[in-house]
Amino acid sequence: MFIKQLSIFAENRKGCVAELAEVLANAGIEIRALYVADTSDFGIVRIIADKPEEAAKVLKEQGHTVSLTDVIAANLSDAPGGFARVVRTLSDHDIDVEYMYAFITRVSGNACVILRIKEAQQALDVFAKSGIAVLTSSAVYNM
Amino acid sequence: MSENQYPKYFQPEIECASREELTKLQSERLSAMVKRCYENVPFYTQKLDELGIKPEDITSIDDLSKLPFTYKQDLRDNYPYGLFAVPNEELVRIHASSGTTGKQTVVGYTRYDLDGWASGAARAIVAAGGHVGDKIHVSYGYGLFTGGLGLHDGATKLGATAIPVSSGNTARQIQILQDFDSDFLCCTPSYAMFIGETVRDMGIDPKTLTVRGGIFGAEAWSEEYRQKIQELLDIKAYDIYGLSEIAGPGVSYECEEQTGMHVCEDLYYPEIIDPDTGESLPDGTYGELVFTCIGKEALPLIRYRTRDICMLTREKCSCGRTLVKMGKPHGRSDDMLIIRGVNVFPSQVEHVILTLGLEPNYLIEVDRINNLDVMTVKIEMTPEMFSDTVRDIEALEKRISGTMQSVLGVSAKIRLVEPKTLARSEGKAVRVKDLRKI
Repeated sequence: MFIKQLSIFAENRKGCVAELAEVLANAGIEIRALYVADTSDFGIVRIIADKPEEAAKVLKEQGHTVSLTDVIAANLSDAPGGFARVVRTLSDHDIDVEYMYAFITRVSGNACVILRIKEAQQALDVFAKSGIAVLTSSAVYNM
Repeated sequence: MSENQYPKYFQPEIECASREELTKLQSERLSAMVKRCYENVPFYTQKLDELGIKPEDITSIDDLSKLPFTYKQDLRDNYPYGLFAVPNEELVRIHASSGTTGKQTVVGYTRYDLDGWASGAARAIVAAGGHVGDKIHVSYGYGLFTGGLGLHDGATKLGATAIPVSSGNTARQIQILQDFDSDFLCCTPSYAMFIGETVRDMGIDPKTLTVRGGIFGAEAWSEEYRQKIQELLDIKAYDIYGLSEIAGPGVSYECEEQTGMHVCEDLYYPEIIDPDTGESLPDGTYGELVFTCIGKEALPLIRYRTRDICMLTREKCSCGRTLVKMGKPHGRSDDMLIIRGVNVFPSQVEHVILTLGLEPNYLIEVDRINNLDVMTVKIEMTPEMFSDTVRDIEALEKRISGTMQSVLGVSAKIRLVEPKTLARSEGKAVRVKDLRKI
């Protein structure tokens, strides 16, 4: 039930993200979602792609530092309260979120939140009990 | 012959001589040298006259401290040939220092000088376990720089096989290591590291290489750096020391003990002095290394100030050599940075990086911002250091800067950069960029 997210080290320098994007473009990789965490000196580019293993391979070949991180894609209704319900559920069960980002999916009325949680299995159990749907990796990659 | 049937020393009569024999040889050579300098080099005639010293006053090596120092600036002031003690007809080779920090210095060699230098390099190869029949892959640059020809002549003197690859084109270096069955690799430690990394990145198992040992010098390198090279290339890595003003590599060299370098004191007599007062310091004390070229004809420098900081030890060595040992130089005092009044050697920064288990690809940048020295250490990111969370990476940066602060006594900003973005060197590595405009 985990999604493989690409995490890439990006120095704070001109053209850095453009280079990454071009490597993925040339390999025919499609990007589903992207989020950049930044500090004054460096950033971490997090990408959900259709072929994460292949994307990691081409990035490594081009000399980038990249890792694959297990994340959870929670499906939620694209309506007021949909997102709040997910994070409230986690909070009520004392589950910390390292970081998250969300996007609207192509299915009308649906949205998706990507969650990076250290106690990932616990989070999945809580979601199952609370009736929060979690997307499979193939559903996300082929979105 | 099996490995242990080869001679253990190249010149046992010198390398294992008794202290009495060595002192006698050194005293004779020193007094002859001072006489030659006085008679043939106007610079020394004037210096000795000023001090009221006559060549006859120098009869023993103990008289050395009566003699004046020679500085790099003296070589520059007498550029190019002013300090040579022989006529041009006797010169068979000229080398020059890189001159990165000023006018280059020129060094001449007679046939006798080249022979002494080659003997030193040959002693080094044998001390590292080399012998006749070994192939010595020389990746030092060939040219005015003494590295390439120094090891080349040493291999030839020994009767081993020199492979004069010179530096550069790392993929080709590795191809030659594989195809020519090289036994020893000779280059700067930073280039050895780069070759080792490239071997790893190409997916080559270092155990499939025939190389047994490496002889690496021309740069200050730490013990941890040695371990890393030894692992990457599956070899034993030996330090070798030299400087063009005295001779090239082979002024001193490591034996199997790997605990310091035996000095060819029959040719180049070493002293340790207090760099501020010029006073001689006892064995086991750190100070500036000074050489007197008692076994050279063309450029017989008297008490040459190397600017290298190290110490000498005369304890009995398990290898059987009696020649005095010098410790790894901390670095050249010219390389020392003064950051907010604190002395910092690039080798200390390297030590911290390696003890934390990080890759030794780094660059020290010093700048002056609002009248304050700011030191930034750029370190290349590796997959092992990387995390997908900012918090983990910042914690790593803090751990590195905290260790730097405690070891160096001055704070350093840590900046992680992308892999392979810091320039690799095929010769002497550039570790410091001083951007201060003072």
